Amino acid sequence: MTDNTTNPPRPDRVTLFASCMVDQIAPHIGERTVDVLEYLGIAVDFLDGQTCCGQPAFNSGFRSEAYPVAARFIELFEQVEGPIVVPSGSCAGMVRNHYAELFREDPTMVERASIVGERLFELTEFISRFFGNAAITGRLESSATYHKCCHLLREIGVNEAPVEMLSNIDGLNMTPLERADVCCGFGGAFSVKMPDISSAVLDEKLDNIEATGSSTVIAADTGCIFQMQGGLRRRGSAVQVVHIAEILAESLINTSETSSLN
Amino acid sequence: MKPLTVNFRDKAASTLKDKQIQQSLEHVYTGFFQGRLAAAGDTPDWNELRTKGKAIKDHTIAHLDYYLEQLTDNVEKNGGSVFFAEDAAEARKHIIDLAHKRNIKTVIKSKSMVSEEMGLAEAMNDEGFETIETDLGEYIIQLADETPYHLIAPAVHKSRKDVAKLLDDDFKEGDPVPDATELTMMARKKLRSVFERADMSVTGVNFAVAESGSIALVTNEGNGRMTTTVPRVHVAVMGMEKIVPSIQDLSTMLRILIRSATGQRISTYVTMINEARKSDEEEGPEEFHLVIMNNGRQKLLANPQMRESLNCLRCGACLNACPVYRKIGGHAYGWVYPGPIGSIISPVLTGLKDASNLPNASSLCGACHDACPVKINIPRMLLELRWRTAEGSTGKNERTSSYNERRIWGLWRLGMMGRRRFDFGARIASIVLRPLAKNGWLKKAPPPVSGWTSTRDFPLVASRSLKSRLHKRDRKAKP
Repeated sequence: MTDNTTNPPRPDRVTLFASCMVDQIAPHIGERTVDVLEYLGIAVDFLDGQTCCGQPAFNSGFRSEAYPVAARFIELFEQVEGPIVVPSGSCAGMVRNHYAELFREDPTMVERASIVGERLFELTEFISRFFGNAAITGRLESSATYHKCCHLLREIGVNEAPVEMLSNIDGLNMTPLERADVCCGFGGAFSVKMPDISSAVLDEKLDNIEATGSSTVIAADTGCIFQMQGGLRRRGSAVQVVHIAEILAESLINTSETSSLN
Repeated sequence: MKPLTVNFRDKAASTLKDKQIQQSLEHVYTGFFQGRLAAAGDTPDWNELRTKGKAIKDHTIAHLDYYLEQLTDNVEKNGGSVFFAEDAAEARKHIIDLAHKRNIKTVIKSKSMVSEEMGLAEAMNDEGFETIETDLGEYIIQLADETPYHLIAPAVHKSRKDVAKLLDDDFKEGDPVPDATELTMMARKKLRSVFERADMSVTGVNFAVAESGSIALVTNEGNGRMTTTVPRVHVAVMGMEKIVPSIQDLSTMLRILIRSATGQRISTYVTMINEARKSDEEEGPEEFHLVIMNNGRQKLLANPQMRESLNCLRCGACLNACPVYRKIGGHAYGWVYPGPIGSIISPVLTGLKDASNLPNASSLCGACHDACPVKINIPRMLLELRWRTAEGSTGKNERTSSYNERRIWGLWRLGMMGRRRFDFGARIASIVLRPLAKNGWLKKAPPPVSGWTSTRDFPLVASRSLKSRLHKRDRKAKP
């Protein structure tokens, strides 16, 4: 068991914010997030009305379009209590850091955003904070490397925790990624508006990934995963890019299979 | 210098294809970026120092009028002259007039980004003054008739062979390429005689100290010290934000500036100048003139959202940290200041309309914010400028977004304002795109994501949402 003394009281119920991309493009990441949380003994609620935090429009400069979507997000998640978990550092950063900018003309909204923001955790941040980095000790035979997604690293401040979590998985051979903290070039609309620049940044990342010889890249944000996987596929590479929730969940399945065999 | 920010995309595209420049740009990471990390790692109170540096700059910029007046008083008390230039043209005219009055023949310059803003060397040469850059990188750039590629390493994009061609008229393709020491000696030999005949110098100012009226110059080649000692007239040029209140503050700022710029603990030379030669001294210039330039900085000062950009020390750390700068290089930014800091100040100083690509050319990774010695929140200001280009938030004349772009985001909002529409939109996309997909990925997608598929596969929208999958799971769990 994990040392409980260093962690704050553990929540037994959370609300999942899937993020729009997980919800509609990569729902399996959402399911694996639920698996991991349930393994930790947490009941996971899902608010059916959820859509997006508003970040895509905000980052593109369309604040008048982002505003009502962000306000809707606050209203929705105000209806429930307790922690909110999102498998994306980028969405967490939007709510926690950028809502204050978006709503800056309206102090009441800033206050409401800050209250919701304090309840919102990125998945690995949540596990690390309440359960410790050694809470999940499954088994998975694979060779992998970890890419540090920018917003999780710099906006949420989660750096080594996921790396430590992965090191606790039996059979998972982790190779450090050169320049792991350098951007993959995604950047939302930037990747579509300036594809040649975005891809030049990506190419450096993919070269470093291929140099590790790993079969899998683990990351914690869907946009970065699409960018890297899309680039690797175009290169004809067989390397798979997966969300950390997928790895954690898969390692647990293997453990439970082993234990049932015993 | 004339802004060419409008050429951003073409310049960026050509640099991406230039293998030699791509190789040179690697040094920006392996040299400067990692050097800064090492220096910061060796400085136990690094983060506190940055916080202190930020506080000093915040305070100074908030009371800029006071400190400018104090600086002016003290420079004049020390026997120097001070001139406030409203813009680059006024600054140029003042310095050229002075050169005429003092019957100057040869002007030597040490590195100064503000003088680049003025286009000073070119203007003085046109006026008939032999004007030579003495910083090695600047000298190379001057010979190549280019603009600086980097704030502290103006010729970082040049290979040794490029430099050899510029320094040696007889250099032929196939000749052995001299090493860095040999190249430096070639430049030194050429510059030595220029130093000897120069009668006026122009330098930049890393910091001006208000309480003493001194200026501080940070150099590694010694050219700054030569430049400020040999000629009889010394003109220092500065942007009006380059000021610190006290010598104590200067010591903090030097510690963070130099570590952030080159990774050195201290540069080879830190030159402090209070005044011209005194009557009982044997060396030094006879006159000292300080030119303080506005050139649009008032616009940054007047805008609370952009004011923080005036805290910039011009160390180049944000360029070195920036994955985009490291690919597209310095010239794409189209004006004096490249990289992330250029992307926030050039649009304000030269006009956002022609520079609208700059704030958009970022993945918002935040590495610049992390690297900045005074913690300037560059991504926040990039977003501010994007708002202005997208929606014309501070004036419709600044809006450069296309009708289609605005329509797409309008539709996006409609889709996100209700779960049913959100699901409906996603299912339509899934159905329309499915025939084009292979193994769940698209090789070619229609607009607005066609840009993506020019270089990468794009994931297909799922046939069922997470919401729908979780409902099914619940039904299974509770039969």
